[in-house]
Amino acid sequence: MAADKVDPIHQFHIIKLIPINIGGYDLSFTNSALFMVATVVVAAGFLFLTTSSRSLVPGRLQSVSEMAYEFVGNMLRDAAGTQGMKFFPLVFSLFMFVLVANLLGLFPYFFTITSHIIVTFGLAILVIATVIVYGFMKHGLGFLKLFVPKGVPLVMMVLVVPIEVISFVSRPVSLSVRLFANMLAGHITLKVFSGFVVSLSALGALGIAGSILPLAMAVALTALELLVALLQAYVFAVLTCMYLNDALHPSH
Amino acid sequence: MFVTSAFAQESAPATTEGDTHSATGVPAEAHGAFPPFDPATFPSQLLWLAITFGLFYLFLKRVVMPRVGGIIDVRNDRISKDLDQASKLKGEADAAVAAYEQELAEAKKNANSIGQQATDAAKAEADTARKKIEAALDQKLGEAEARIASIKASAMKEVGGIAEDTASEIVEALVGGKASKAEVAAAVKSVAR
Repeated sequence: MAADKVDPIHQFHIIKLIPINIGGYDLSFTNSALFMVATVVVAAGFLFLTTSSRSLVPGRLQSVSEMAYEFVGNMLRDAAGTQGMKFFPLVFSLFMFVLVANLLGLFPYFFTITSHIIVTFGLAILVIATVIVYGFMKHGLGFLKLFVPKGVPLVMMVLVVPIEVISFVSRPVSLSVRLFANMLAGHITLKVFSGFVVSLSALGALGIAGSILPLAMAVALTALELLVALLQAYVFAVLTCMYLNDALHPSH
Repeated sequence: MFVTSAFAQESAPATTEGDTHSATGVPAEAHGAFPPFDPATFPSQLLWLAITFGLFYLFLKRVVMPRVGGIIDVRNDRISKDLDQASKLKGEADAAVAAYEQELAEAKKNANSIGQQATDAAKAEADTARKKIEAALDQKLGEAEARIASIKASAMKEVGGIAEDTASEIVEALVGGKASKAEVAAAVKSVAR
């Protein structure tokens, strides 16, 4: 049991709550799915309830919702221009989803859905698929100009085009791995330091005295993780905006 | 972060060992792999992500964002309307101030001219009064001077008489005998000259 307590990986285990198996695929309702539902309910509920009074002079909570809305709106407008505003619902839901998922994950015993690469990869693929589909719809084959920078000599194209292609293909990977790795690493670190507190205080009076240091560390890390949770949601949204800008204006 | 990932790599094998030995509370689909990289959980997570995020997206797009956007638009409209109203009122106030100042300037000008007229009239009145008084005083002065001259003349005449009397008496006392009146008068007149 002692080993289980300090096991920093335990928090990432997927537990089946309602087993569902369709066509040989395991589609069970797991703790991960539960927290996706929780994230959606909390985020949507917050936005819905705080704005329900539609006050002209907003209260505190209504200001929070409005600030999030305008923050993402300005971010998108700065990165992709007014044309980019048609993607506002997508970017805003991505931002709110990642933000609330990260923040919920900070609660002890809560599951962090963004610490699973398949979740972040799914979101990243959604972004890149939107970019590709919209890019080809809007510009046709002209979207391929994205890979051909202007003003580069023809000889250099042999080198530049493959680099551009590789950089484009690596986008969903970097987008998803950045978020996933940050959340995973942070939660492991927190768990390790909290585990030190538990195992040290099991050693008697001296151990309890010695456990103050990792306890302080865990508190400081919690603050840091709060920052990381906000920052990674922001980074995810900003990069989404920049990639969408490529779909709107492929020739750079 | 680097330290953390090193920790993760170190602790990962230990965990898997612990899991396979104890097998308590460890889900069956873990298979001892690092849970975030366990492909067995991918279909279920992707499905539920699609369902939850899809619903979230629709809810935000259909309900929340029109509402928040509406609130902000209404507020911006209201603010710009209020600003227009305020600038209109300010223009009116400025006009009123200008009109007031003009009236004030006119009133000042009127007051000045009225005051000037009043002072002029008062000055003229005072002048006439002064001239009248001066004339009266001049007249009185003339009368007084005439009187003084006549008194002086009569006094001189009497002085002549007294001198003649005194001279005739002195002559009488010194010489004895009477000097004729005409002689004395002639002598006095020659001395007085």
